[in-house]
Amino acid sequence: MIAHAISLVSIWAIPVFLLFIPLYGACRKVKVYECFVEGAKEGFQVGIRIIPYLVAIMVAVGMLRGAGAIDILARWLDPILRWVGLPAEILPLAIMRPLSGSGSYGIVAELVKVHGPDSFLARLAATAYGSTETTFYVLAVYFGAVGIKKTRYAVITGLLADVVSLFAAVFICRLVFAH
Amino acid sequence: MLNYIWLGLVIVAVVLGGINGKIENVTKAAIDAAGNSVTIAIGLVGVMALWLGIMKIAEQSGLMSLLARAIAPVMRRLFPEVPPDHPAMGSMLMNIAANMLGLSNAATPLGLKAMEDLEKLNPTPGVATNAMCLFLTINTSGLQLIPASMISLMASAGSKEPTAIIGTAVASTFVALVAGVTAAKLLEGMKIFSVSRVVEGGEKS
Repeated sequence: MIAHAISLVSIWAIPVFLLFIPLYGACRKVKVYECFVEGAKEGFQVGIRIIPYLVAIMVAVGMLRGAGAIDILARWLDPILRWVGLPAEILPLAIMRPLSGSGSYGIVAELVKVHGPDSFLARLAATAYGSTETTFYVLAVYFGAVGIKKTRYAVITGLLADVVSLFAAVFICRLVFAH
Repeated sequence: MLNYIWLGLVIVAVVLGGINGKIENVTKAAIDAAGNSVTIAIGLVGVMALWLGIMKIAEQSGLMSLLARAIAPVMRRLFPEVPPDHPAMGSMLMNIAANMLGLSNAATPLGLKAMEDLEKLNPTPGVATNAMCLFLTINTSGLQLIPASMISLMASAGSKEPTAIIGTAVASTFVALVAGVTAAKLLEGMKIFSVSRVVEGGEKS
């Protein structure tokens, strides 16, 4: 029921926005077409401006994946994370998630295929994936777009949120999907 | 800090790639990724233009400041440096709302717009403001009501209950959000992260 309602909202949100905002503008005597074009002009500059930041972050992450480094790191970190109570299978996902959206999606898809979609591990992986963002991508692109070089504490809080969401996911999934 | 992390990623990739005997893959991945990122950026231009155009209408018609005033009670407490009726409040809210609904196509352009609005209030260009750091913390903690990609992945794999993960994902993203916002509020007051120190020292970037 709730899921259905939410998905209905997400299907309708964009068409409603695209209709409502120009309609409201027209009522307020805004020249909607001219105004739209004026705003849209900046789209190109923004797209171009983020290219260097995007290249930097995607090349570094791509190299890491190409090297098979995620699996090695997971093997090294395994004893530590086992000690704090994380299942070993979830480790590569935990390392990949802040770095690459498509990379971590691939890891979840693999876990779902191997263990079955209704298994505890698959649900935990999907929860962990769905409860955080690709932190480095967001930081690099959003700060890059406005030329921010000194990011102060944003990396720390972003990564902290990732770590907290991973542990929260494990804890909550154990409560909800206990075998 | 991004300097060290970026360098660290590259070093780890080359060293482990060498040990792994996958150094050719590292080369190929670097070249491919460089090409792909331009494809992504160019692909963003169209959607970016669409949303910037729509947002311009929303601004000119006064809808943005109306929206900003409506949510002022919450936003003013989170972002005390931003004037309550500033367009940045509206565009930040639009980005957060798009993320919550899982509309990632709309979220990125709206988020970049919010960053530009925040940059207009920045007295020290090149250095992140408290508002920017908090906004990105909220953003990277991934507040989302429907993990749409995961639900469709589970469904296509033949799950009996693909929406079972909605509740657990929302709960853990909320815990992460609270932790992130609390940490941001604590760190913004600390001396080592203060704007003046970052500007003078040229470090801790």
